Amino acid sequence: MLTQILINGQNVCLELPAHTLLIDAIRNHLGLTGSHIGCDTAQCGACTVRVNSKSVKACNVLLSQVDGQIITTIEGLSQSDGTLHPIQQAFRDCHALQCGFCTPGMIMSAIDICQNYPNSNEKEIRELLEGNLCRCTGYQNIITAIQLALKSTPLSNK
Amino acid sequence: MTDFQYQSPNTIQEIVLALGQDGQVLAGGQSLIAAIKHGLLQPSLLVDLKNIAELQTITLVKNQLLIGAMVSHQLVANHPDIRQKISALAELANGIGDRQIRAMGTIGGSVANHDPAACYPSALLALGATVITSRRQIMADDFFTGIFTTTLEPNEIITAISFPVPYKAAYAKFKQPASRFALIGVFIAVFAKEVRVAITGGGHGVFRHQSLEKALTKELHPKVIDAVQIDPEIFSSDQHATAIYRANLVRVQTKLAVQQILQKI
Repeated sequence: MLTQILINGQNVCLELPAHTLLIDAIRNHLGLTGSHIGCDTAQCGACTVRVNSKSVKACNVLLSQVDGQIITTIEGLSQSDGTLHPIQQAFRDCHALQCGFCTPGMIMSAIDICQNYPNSNEKEIRELLEGNLCRCTGYQNIITAIQLALKSTPLSNK
Repeated sequence: MTDFQYQSPNTIQEIVLALGQDGQVLAGGQSLIAAIKHGLLQPSLLVDLKNIAELQTITLVKNQLLIGAMVSHQLVANHPDIRQKISALAELANGIGDRQIRAMGTIGGSVANHDPAACYPSALLALGATVITSRRQIMADDFFTGIFTTTLEPNEIITAISFPVPYKAAYAKFKQPASRFALIGVFIAVFAKEVRVAITGGGHGVFRHQSLEKALTKELHPKVIDAVQIDPEIFSSDQHATAIYRANLVRVQTKLAVQQILQKI
């Protein structure tokens, strides 16, 4: 199947079998291994990427379903000079990771929260983050980072 | 995952043609893709409904909310007409799965799948919704026939669900914390002449509870619920809960839903 996507600003055409998952296309065929496969059952959220303005679990979406869409992965967040996205910076500032495996998914999910639920309090952020699991159980600093990001400058529309 | 063909036609007629006898509808895929990955389903052809604009609309006509089959849970949760007219439905949608699942999953997909612990089927039954398909209209009472089964024919697709706007409604779900499906969910809808109560998560598919409806139609108050017999025999037991526990949860969640309704009045 021929699929065309705009991923991290680059137009890409992929000729892959119809059963190819979005996460496999991203990792195995485009070499973008920042998005992780944790549970592979749409529970953990480590594979979360942005499709247009929505965060989805790329292990539970077919590449064919996002034909013609705009995809952003963790690799597409920082600027070319290395300047981090405000949420990446907030995660760094708050030490919002331990082993780091869940971090790309957490950040892609946090972008959605910051853009669509900007007035969330701590309890609401915890609920909004229920689709992302951190097996280090390092949630406290992740929540703190999202709260910091919400207070910082307006987020770019990535 | 086994290989399959994939099509995404642009009209409902083309969808029906493409489906034939063996095609499987893809409507968001948040249960379907997991089922295929687990080998529970081995379709030879997936027909994606994503390109049909008319399946993505929400309209309010007189006292009916018409929600297109491909409307996402996220949109149901946030749509101003739904929040205003049937807020319980928006709240139900907002409690399905997680935010990422709600961005992809659709009402038509959930209704057609009829997972015995899914939330939407209880709303359809309690609200007396009508399922509109590519060839007919089916009352919710006739639609859900058993676990993961409905009266849909192989190449028949849901195009929309029509919900009558109730006087008041509420949904009280006890979440299974890992799956976030309903361990028990109780949807109550209050109309001029009757109160309708539908229960999901019991194990054998969604159903209406006549005794609860009778008691609550007579008097809409949590105190009447204790006198109603909730027979554990109609619930299943599994690793998450025994039938007796589920029967008790029905009582608890029904009270919570009634309390929500009384607070809304």
